[in-house]
Amino acid sequence: MKTRNIARKALEGKVVMATGPTSIRTAMGKARFLGSAKSGTTDAWMMRVTTLALVPLSIAFVAIVLSLTSKDYNEARAELGHPVPAIIMLLFILSGVFHMKLGMQSIIDDYVHDMHLKEWSLIANLFFSVCIGLACIYAVLKLGFT
Amino acid sequence: MAEVESGASGLEQRRPLSPHLQIYRPMLTMVMSIAHRITGVVLYLGTLLLAWFLIAASTGPGAYAVAASFVNSIFGKLILFGFTWALFHHLLGGVRHIVWDFGHGFAPPQREWLAQATLVGGIVLTVAVWGIALLVR
Repeated sequence: MKTRNIARKALEGKVVMATGPTSIRTAMGKARFLGSAKSGTTDAWMMRVTTLALVPLSIAFVAIVLSLTSKDYNEARAELGHPVPAIIMLLFILSGVFHMKLGMQSIIDDYVHDMHLKEWSLIANLFFSVCIGLACIYAVLKLGFT
Repeated sequence: MAEVESGASGLEQRRPLSPHLQIYRPMLTMVMSIAHRITGVVLYLGTLLLAWFLIAASTGPGAYAVAASFVNSIFGKLILFGFTWALFHHLLGGVRHIVWDFGHGFAPPQREWLAQATLVGGIVLTVAVWGIALLVR
Protein backbone atom coordinates (compact mmCIF):
# COMPACT_ATOMS: atom_id res chain seq x y z
CA MET A 1 0.00 0.00 0.00
CA LYS A 2 2.75 2.39 1.01
CA THR A 3 4.82 1.77 -2.10
CA ARG A 4 1.79 2.24 -4.33
CA ASN A 5 1.14 5.59 -2.66
CA ILE A 6 4.66 6.75 -3.32
CA ALA A 7 4.55 5.45 -6.90
CA ARG A 8 1.33 7.33 -7.57
CA LYS A 9 2.67 10.53 -6.04
CA ALA A 10 5.78 10.19 -8.21
CA LEU A 11 3.55 9.86 -11.29
CA GLU A 12 1.69 13.00 -10.29
CA GLY A 13 4.98 14.79 -9.78
CA LYS A 14 4.28 15.24 -6.10
CA VAL A 15 7.40 13.51 -4.80
CA VAL A 16 10.10 16.09 -4.50
CA MET A 17 13.47 14.51 -5.03
CA ALA A 18 15.48 16.88 -2.86
CA THR A 19 13.71 16.62 0.49
CA GLY A 20 16.77 15.82 2.60
CA PRO A 21 18.77 18.26 4.68
CA THR A 22 20.22 19.70 1.48
CA SER A 23 16.81 20.69 0.07
CA ILE A 24 16.36 24.36 -0.71
CA ARG A 25 12.57 24.03 -0.37
CA THR A 26 11.39 25.85 2.74
CA ALA A 27 9.02 24.31 5.28
CA MET A 28 6.40 26.91 4.30
CA GLY A 29 6.77 26.00 0.64
CA LYS A 30 6.09 22.35 1.43
CA ALA A 31 3.15 23.18 3.70
CA ARG A 32 1.55 25.39 1.06
CA PHE A 33 1.45 22.79 -1.67
CA LEU A 34 1.30 19.43 0.10
CA GLY A 35 -0.36 18.28 3.33
CA SER A 36 -2.91 15.49 3.80
CA ALA A 37 -5.51 17.19 1.60
CA LYS A 38 -2.89 17.91 -1.10
CA SER A 39 -3.91 21.53 -1.22
CA GLY A 40 -1.80 23.21 1.45
CA THR A 41 -3.42 25.61 3.87
CA THR A 42 -6.13 26.94 1.52
CA ASP A 43 -8.83 24.57 2.77
CA ALA A 44 -8.08 25.22 6.44
CA TRP A 45 -8.20 28.96 5.81
CA MET A 46 -11.44 28.83 3.79
CA MET A 47 -13.01 26.67 6.50
CA ARG A 48 -12.46 29.51 8.97
CA VAL A 49 -13.58 32.23 6.58
CA THR A 50 -16.84 30.41 5.78
CA THR A 51 -17.39 29.78 9.52
CA LEU A 52 -17.18 33.53 10.14
CA ALA A 53 -19.61 34.23 7.29
CA LEU A 54 -22.05 31.56 8.43
CA VAL A 55 -22.47 32.90 11.97
CA PRO A 56 -24.69 35.85 10.96
CA LEU A 57 -26.00 34.15 7.80
CA SER A 58 -27.34 31.04 9.53
CA ILE A 59 -29.07 33.17 12.18
CA ALA A 60 -30.69 35.19 9.36
CA PHE A 61 -31.58 31.91 7.58
CA VAL A 62 -33.36 30.59 10.69
CA ALA A 63 -35.25 33.92 10.97
CA ILE A 64 -36.38 33.64 7.32
CA VAL A 65 -37.53 30.02 7.73
CA LEU A 66 -39.29 30.99 10.97
CA SER A 67 -41.20 33.78 9.22
CA LEU A 68 -42.25 31.30 6.49
CA THR A 69 -43.99 28.93 8.93
CA SER A 70 -47.10 31.10 9.26
CA LYS A 71 -47.37 31.81 5.52
CA ASP A 72 -49.24 30.12 2.68
CA TYR A 73 -47.82 29.46 -0.80
CA ASN A 74 -48.32 32.95 -2.27
CA GLU A 75 -47.04 34.71 0.84
CA ALA A 76 -44.02 32.39 1.04
CA ARG A 77 -43.26 33.02 -2.65
CA ALA A 78 -43.56 36.77 -2.13
CA GLU A 79 -41.17 36.66 0.84
CA LEU A 80 -38.54 34.47 -0.87
CA GLY A 81 -38.89 36.58 -4.02
CA HIS A 82 -38.08 39.80 -2.14
CA PRO A 83 -34.45 40.86 -2.80
CA VAL A 84 -33.27 41.01 0.83
CA PRO A 85 -34.32 37.48 1.94
CA ALA A 86 -33.31 36.14 -1.50
CA ILE A 87 -29.81 37.64 -1.28
CA ILE A 88 -29.41 36.36 2.30
CA MET A 89 -30.49 32.89 1.12
CA LEU A 90 -28.00 33.00 -1.77
CA LEU A 91 -25.15 34.05 0.54
CA PHE A 92 -26.13 31.36 3.05
CA ILE A 93 -26.29 28.65 0.37
CA LEU A 94 -22.97 29.66 -1.23
CA SER A 95 -20.96 29.82 2.00
CA GLY A 96 -22.84 26.84 3.47
CA VAL A 97 -22.14 24.57 0.51
CA PHE A 98 -18.47 25.62 0.45
CA HIS A 99 -18.22 24.99 4.20
CA MET A 100 -19.92 21.57 4.11
CA LYS A 101 -17.78 20.44 1.16
CA LEU A 102 -14.64 21.24 3.16
CA GLY A 103 -16.04 19.64 6.32
CA MET A 104 -16.98 16.37 4.62
CA GLN A 105 -13.62 16.40 2.82
CA SER A 106 -11.74 16.47 6.14
CA ILE A 107 -13.93 13.65 7.49
CA ILE A 108 -13.12 11.56 4.38
CA ASP A 109 -9.42 12.42 4.70
CA ASP A 110 -9.50 11.32 8.35
CA TYR A 111 -11.49 8.10 8.18
CA VAL A 112 -11.33 6.63 4.66
CA HIS A 113 -7.99 4.87 4.42
CA ASP A 114 -8.38 2.92 1.18
CA MET A 115 -6.87 5.17 -1.47
CA HIS A 116 -9.33 4.42 -4.27
CA LEU A 117 -12.37 4.64 -2.00
CA LYS A 118 -11.00 7.92 -0.66
CA GLU A 119 -10.63 9.42 -4.11
CA TRP A 120 -14.12 8.33 -5.18
CA SER A 121 -15.55 9.64 -1.89
CA LEU A 122 -13.90 13.02 -2.46
CA ILE A 123 -15.32 13.16 -6.00
CA ALA A 124 -18.80 12.19 -4.73
CA ASN A 125 -18.54 14.87 -2.04
CA LEU A 126 -17.70 17.51 -4.63
CA PHE A 127 -20.52 16.40 -6.96
CA PHE A 128 -23.08 16.37 -4.12
CA SER A 129 -22.05 19.81 -2.86
CA VAL A 130 -22.06 21.39 -6.32
CA CYS A 131 -25.44 19.81 -7.22
CA ILE A 132 -27.09 20.95 -3.97
CA GLY A 133 -25.59 24.43 -4.27
CA LEU A 134 -26.59 24.90 -7.89
CA ALA A 135 -30.10 23.49 -7.34
CA CYS A 136 -30.75 25.81 -4.37
CA ILE A 137 -29.34 28.87 -6.15
CA TYR A 138 -31.36 28.14 -9.30
CA ALA A 139 -34.56 27.76 -7.24
CA VAL A 140 -33.99 31.01 -5.30
CA LEU A 141 -33.22 32.92 -8.52
CA LYS A 142 -36.32 31.48 -10.19
CA LEU A 143 -38.44 32.58 -7.21
CA GLY A 144 -37.03 36.07 -7.56
CA PHE A 145 -37.24 36.49 -11.32
CA THR A 146 -40.57 34.84 -12.19
CA MET B 1 12.62 -5.59 29.40
CA ALA B 2 12.13 -8.86 27.65
CA GLU B 3 14.70 -9.96 25.17
CA VAL B 4 14.14 -8.77 21.63
CA GLU B 5 13.03 -11.46 19.21
CA SER B 6 14.85 -11.71 15.97
CA GLY B 7 12.97 -11.01 12.75
CA ALA B 8 10.80 -8.08 11.69
CA SER B 9 7.46 -9.74 12.53
CA GLY B 10 8.48 -10.30 16.15
CA LEU B 11 9.56 -6.70 16.52
CA GLU B 12 6.37 -5.41 14.94
CA GLN B 13 4.22 -7.37 17.37
CA ARG B 14 6.06 -5.96 20.40
CA ARG B 15 6.10 -2.40 19.17
CA PRO B 16 4.28 -0.14 21.67
CA LEU B 17 1.08 1.43 20.36
CA SER B 18 -0.12 4.89 21.28
CA PRO B 19 -3.39 4.84 23.26
CA HIS B 20 -6.51 5.38 21.19
CA LEU B 21 -10.13 6.39 21.90
CA GLN B 22 -11.23 3.30 23.82
CA ILE B 23 -8.69 3.83 26.61
CA TYR B 24 -9.97 7.28 27.61
CA ARG B 25 -12.83 8.07 29.96
CA PRO B 26 -15.39 10.03 27.90
CA MET B 27 -14.95 13.72 28.64
CA LEU B 28 -17.36 16.52 27.78
CA THR B 29 -14.89 18.30 25.49
CA MET B 30 -14.23 15.05 23.63
CA VAL B 31 -17.94 14.21 23.30
CA MET B 32 -18.61 17.76 22.05
CA SER B 33 -15.88 17.41 19.44
CA ILE B 34 -17.49 14.21 18.16
CA ALA B 35 -20.96 15.81 18.32
CA HIS B 36 -19.66 18.72 16.24
CA ARG B 37 -18.68 16.33 13.44
CA ILE B 38 -21.92 14.35 13.67
CA THR B 39 -24.10 17.49 13.56
CA GLY B 40 -22.02 18.62 10.59
CA VAL B 41 -22.83 15.40 8.72
CA VAL B 42 -26.51 15.74 9.71
CA LEU B 43 -26.61 19.29 8.30
CA TYR B 44 -24.82 18.07 5.16
CA LEU B 45 -27.71 15.66 4.55
CA GLY B 46 -30.23 18.30 5.68
CA THR B 47 -29.39 20.40 2.63
CA LEU B 48 -31.40 17.82 0.64
CA LEU B 49 -34.53 18.95 2.50
CA LEU B 50 -33.69 22.62 1.90
CA ALA B 51 -33.11 21.96 -1.81
CA TRP B 52 -36.40 20.03 -2.05
CA PHE B 53 -38.28 22.85 -0.30
CA LEU B 54 -36.79 25.60 -2.51
CA ILE B 55 -37.28 23.63 -5.74
CA ALA B 56 -40.89 22.89 -4.72
CA ALA B 57 -41.56 26.56 -3.93
CA SER B 58 -40.13 27.61 -7.29
CA THR B 59 -42.02 24.88 -9.20
CA GLY B 60 -45.59 25.71 -8.24
CA PRO B 61 -48.46 25.38 -5.72
CA GLY B 62 -48.82 21.61 -6.24
CA ALA B 63 -45.17 20.78 -5.57
CA TYR B 64 -45.10 23.24 -2.69
CA ALA B 65 -48.15 21.61 -1.09
CA VAL B 66 -46.39 18.21 -1.11
CA ALA B 67 -43.24 19.63 0.52
CA ALA B 68 -45.26 21.69 3.01
CA SER B 69 -47.41 18.70 3.99
CA PHE B 70 -44.24 16.70 4.72
CA VAL B 71 -42.73 19.53 6.78
CA ASN B 72 -46.02 19.99 8.68
CA SER B 73 -46.44 16.28 9.47
CA ILE B 74 -45.35 14.92 12.87
CA PHE B 75 -42.45 13.07 11.24
CA GLY B 76 -41.43 16.17 9.28
CA LYS B 77 -41.59 18.36 12.37
CA LEU B 78 -39.45 15.89 14.33
CA ILE B 79 -36.85 15.93 11.56
CA LEU B 80 -36.98 19.74 11.37
CA PHE B 81 -36.61 19.96 15.16
CA GLY B 82 -33.54 17.75 14.92
CA PHE B 83 -32.08 19.89 12.14
CA THR B 84 -32.74 23.06 14.18
CA TRP B 85 -30.82 21.62 17.12
CA ALA B 86 -28.01 20.34 14.85
CA LEU B 87 -27.72 23.80 13.26
CA PHE B 88 -27.53 25.68 16.57
CA HIS B 89 -25.21 23.13 18.15
CA HIS B 90 -22.89 23.23 15.15
CA LEU B 91 -23.14 27.04 14.98
CA LEU B 92 -22.10 27.47 18.62
CA GLY B 93 -19.40 24.83 18.12
CA GLY B 94 -18.13 26.93 15.21
CA VAL B 95 -18.08 30.05 17.39
CA ARG B 96 -16.07 28.00 19.92
CA HIS B 97 -13.56 27.19 17.19
CA ILE B 98 -13.34 30.88 16.23
CA VAL B 99 -12.58 31.71 19.89
CA TRP B 100 -9.84 29.08 19.85
CA ASP B 101 -8.48 30.37 16.51
CA PHE B 102 -8.01 33.79 18.13
CA GLY B 103 -5.94 32.08 20.83
CA HIS B 104 -8.41 32.20 23.70
CA GLY B 105 -10.19 29.58 25.82
CA PHE B 106 -7.57 26.83 25.99
CA ALA B 107 -7.24 26.58 29.80
CA PRO B 108 -9.06 23.55 31.34
CA PRO B 109 -11.82 25.55 33.15
CA GLN B 110 -12.38 27.73 30.08
CA ARG B 111 -12.70 24.88 27.59
CA GLU B 112 -14.99 23.04 30.01
CA TRP B 113 -17.14 26.18 30.28
CA LEU B 114 -17.16 26.60 26.49
CA ALA B 115 -18.26 22.98 26.05
CA GLN B 116 -21.08 23.37 28.57
CA ALA B 117 -22.17 26.71 27.05
CA THR B 118 -22.30 25.14 23.57
CA LEU B 119 -24.36 22.21 24.81
CA VAL B 120 -26.83 24.28 26.85
CA GLY B 121 -26.92 27.15 24.33
CA GLY B 122 -27.80 24.82 21.45
CA ILE B 123 -30.74 23.33 23.37
CA VAL B 124 -31.98 26.74 24.64
CA LEU B 125 -31.85 28.34 21.16
CA THR B 126 -33.66 25.34 19.61
CA VAL B 127 -36.46 25.46 22.20
CA ALA B 128 -36.68 29.27 21.86
CA VAL B 129 -37.02 29.15 18.05
CA TRP B 130 -39.69 26.42 18.22
CA GLY B 131 -41.49 28.36 20.97
CA ILE B 132 -41.59 31.43 18.73
CA ALA B 133 -42.73 29.29 15.77
CA LEU B 134 -45.63 27.87 17.81
CA LEU B 135 -46.60 31.33 19.13
CA VAL B 136 -46.56 32.89 15.64
CA ARG B 137 -48.90 30.27 14.14
